[in-house]
Formats: sequence, C-alpha cells, structure tokens
Amino acid sequence: MRIRKSITRIAAVLVWAACAMTAIASMEPTDVKAPAAPSRLSETGLYDAEGVIDRRNLPFVPQYPLWTDGAAKMRWIRMPEGATIDVSDVDSWRFPVGTKMWKEFAWGGRKVETRMIWKAAENDWVFATYLWAEDQSDATLAPERGIANVVEIGRGKRHSIPATEDCHACHQSSPSIVLGFNALQLSDDRDPLAPHAEPLPPGALTLRTLTKAGRLYPPRPDLASVPPRIRESDPVARAAIGYLSANCGGCHNDRGPLARLGLVLQHDAAQDGAQSVPAPEPARVTSVDAAGRYSVPGIPVDSSRIVAPGAPDRSALLQRMRSRRPSSQMPPLGTVIPDSEAAELVRRWIESLNATPRDHQ
Amino acid sequence: MKKHSILSLSAAAVFSLTALTLTLHPVAAPAAVQNTDPKVTRGAYLVKIMACNDCHTPWTMGPQGPEPDMTRMLSGHPQDMVVQPLKLGKGWEWAGTGTNTAFSGPWGVSFTANLTPDSETGLGKWTEETFIRALRTGRHEGQGRPILPPMPYPMYRQATDEDLSAVFAFLQSIPPVRNRVPQPIDPPESE
Repeated sequence: MRIRKSITRIAAVLVWAACAMTAIASMEPTDVKAPAAPSRLSETGLYDAEGVIDRRNLPFVPQYPLWTDGAAKMRWIRMPEGATIDVSDVDSWRFPVGTKMWKEFAWGGRKVETRMIWKAAENDWVFATYLWAEDQSDATLAPERGIANVVEIGRGKRHSIPATEDCHACHQSSPSIVLGFNALQLSDDRDPLAPHAEPLPPGALTLRTLTKAGRLYPPRPDLASVPPRIRESDPVARAAIGYLSANCGGCHNDRGPLARLGLVLQHDAAQDGAQSVPAPEPARVTSVDAAGRYSVPGIPVDSSRIVAPGAPDRSALLQRMRSRRPSSQMPPLGTVIPDSEAAELVRRWIESLNATPRDHQ
Repeated sequence: MKKHSILSLSAAAVFSLTALTLTLHPVAAPAAVQNTDPKVTRGAYLVKIMACNDCHTPWTMGPQGPEPDMTRMLSGHPQDMVVQPLKLGKGWEWAGTGTNTAFSGPWGVSFTANLTPDSETGLGKWTEETFIRALRTGRHEGQGRPILPPMPYPMYRQATDEDLSAVFAFLQSIPPVRNRVPQPIDPPESE
C-alpha cells in the first residue's frame, strides 16, 4: 500500500538540524583518550635531519592501490633493525612492535595529509593523520574527530581528513591491522591491468626483497618463487577481483565483524598453490549470483544480485561502487568521487560472466 | 495547497508539539522488564528514557490518541508499509509517517531499524561489540553507511560502555519480531 498521502509533516526548517545534529555533533564522547602520536609529522621519524625521507624508511607500492579520489600516494615502512614479520598465517601478517608506516596523499602536486600507523606495543596500534601546512613545510596532527572538507579535489567535491574511528572501521575489520602490505599486494607477479597501478620506485619492498633480506618468518621462499596472484585466468577477472580484494576486502572478509554477511571479497593467499586445481576466489564464490541484503533500486527485489552474471544493471556491487550517496555508496567512507576506471573494469567482468558463473577457470 | 499550510507553524512550535505528542502517553512496560537480571532491567530503563520506542516501535491511533504499538515493540518500520520520498522544499525540511518509523528529507528516506533479536531481520546475529561500535561511530554495523537522521546517535554515543551494554542486553531479551525493514532510499541524484 502506498501511503504517500499519509505522510504527515512533523517538522520544518532546521528543527532536526538544530536539535539533533548541529548542536550535539560537536560534543565529544566522554571517554576520548589523548592521542599518543607526536604533534608534528616531522617528529614521527619519517624524515631525517635534512628533511628528506629517512633512509631506514623503505618505500612500497601495493599492486592494487586503494582508491582515494585520485590522490597521488607515497608509502613507507620502518621496522626495528633485524626484526621480522610473522607470516605463519600468510593472510594475517603480524608486525614487530615498533613498526611504523606512513602514507602521503597529494592532489595537484600538493601534499594534503600523511597518515601514520604505529605498532606502539603488542596489541596497541596508534592511528594518526597529519594535515600539511599551506607552505608544505610540515604537517600537524589532526584531531581524533578528523577535519571536514580541507581541500577541493573535484568540482564541488572536497577531501576530508578521516576521524580515528574511520581508520578503525577498516583497519580493525580485517585479519591484519595493516591492509596494503601483504602477500598479494607485494607480490612480484604484478597485475598489468590493476586500476591506477603505480610504478615501483627504486628500493621498493616486494616479496622477493623481503625474502632476500630475511624479513619474513618463518621463511617463505615460495612467496618469491611462486608469487601470489588472483586465481583467475582471464585478465579482466583477475584485475577486477584484485581491485575488490584491495578496496573492499578490508571489511568484506571471512574473519572480521562482517563475516556473518557471507560476502568475502578478500583474496586468500593461503589457498595459492594449495591444491592442484586452483581454489576459486572467495569473491567469485560469494558474490556471483548471490542475493545480497541490498537490492538495486528500480528492479524487482528478487532479480537483484550482488553480482548478476552478464547483467551489470542488476548487480548491486557495481551500483554501489558507482554511488556516492551516503546510504548506498561503497566503500562507505574515505571517498567522495566514484572510481570510474575501476567501475568500468568491474562492469566488463560482470558482463563477461555467463550462465556458469562458478566455473572460474 | 492545503498540505503546505501545515508549514506555517514555526519550526520550534512544531518540534515542541511533536515532542509533546510523543510523550503524552506513557510507554507500557515491556514484558522483558520482568527479567530479573539487573543488567537487563537497567537496559529496559535506559531504553525507556532514551525514547527508543518513539521511533523504533510503530505508532498507531489508540483510544486516547497516538501511541506506540507495543505488540510490535522495537521492531522498526513495518516491512509492508511502502513509503515514497516526498518532494520537499529547498533547504532543511523533513517529514515523517504517522507510524513515526520512516522519515523523508534531504538524505532520502530513512527507516527505523528492527532492534528485536530476530536472527534474520533484527539484531539476533549482532554482537555487543558491533552494537556499541555502531552507536559510537554513527555507522551501520559500526563500519558501513552512515546511520541516517533523525537517529540521535551523537547523543547516544556519549553513553558509557556499561550503559550501552545494558541496552544491548535488554534488546536481546525482548521477543523477536520478524520484520524486514526496507533499505534506505537515496535522494535524487540532483540533490
């Protein structure tokens, strides 16, 4: 029954804004802890005394970069001298205490923010982000609640510095706190179709260099000799699923709080080479022809699928990738501009799927 | 037009009247209040004073006026009640259904959630951690889309873990109601 006429106006201009959001949004929760991170980026150890990147901080480039509205990114990691990464669970690397990682975001050639995650103690990761000064001389620690709309990055679109709890939303939902530094992302078998792929800078860490330097424990020479890759023979499918693993798998995995949804978009490196017949990618198994909780608007609910084989318009995953409206956009945070290149890649993959969607090879 | 004449009331007056209406009739004590677990009892008390029933229990017209239908306690917007977005004026205007469970505004249309422990349509599979995280972050499931207006999570996020834990314990103790609340409706692209 349509009850449009039965809707009664119960409030008008600014009531809710005044009473429920504007006034109280500025209130802080009562149990906020002071950040333990230094107040300036220059004090975190990223730079040496000369103001250049400290040589102990090594660059790395995930083969499937996270989309952040076209930001140019640079990334570095520092681990304590001689320390190793525990890779006994290859899908959940455990980093030594003292590990720091930084990621710099720039638009139009200007640095906007640099984020840092720091394993200050066992089970204690510090998340911090620094807002660059206009003169680009240094960056200042942003407040825990973040800073909205700091710079225009597209017509009518502005980038916001994330709140600490936004960091937690993804980084604490995955088997490993660190998302962009893992077996698939550092594989030397890099995907030539990965959207927004970046060239490796000199000295960049990969599985091969980590293995050679003895930084992985227990030793896994196989990760260098048979590097992990998305288990798809079709290049488009490989790139699409790789992209989804990097951009969506942080939350949509089988070990975090959203595991109960049954949508697993994260690659499982443990299955690489585990069987003579490659295991299907979790993304394919759990999304193709699967009915999700979200239905594509404007079509019968029972025809909507997370990924509808051969039918991008009935595929909720693609519709939500293309959306930047709050109640439907995916990812739900960290981006205000759709990734049109990736959406086109995923569209091509969905269109290529036929009536035997689970036949992955 | 007649329906637009309603808007002639001032915003403050409308809010006051609304608040008054929603509090005229005391909410019947839910059955779960009989639970002797002090944590559940505390949660029942908090749910009452936090006015959760004002939006998460559908309202109906009773003999003494509008009142929450406690046979559907905290089960959210009724799944069979189809609501279309209203075309509202520019700026910050919003409107709600007579059940007080669906709200149309600049954010599109939001529907109040099923808070009962039904495993498929409610919070039956939620953990306490997810529940608290949702209220702290203002995000669905604690990490998804924003929880939409008019849910006053910015106020509730200030509750202590102990209080939110008690609320969750109470919500898990009440009768499950199978009611699949619709997903939010996006606003038109132009907005």
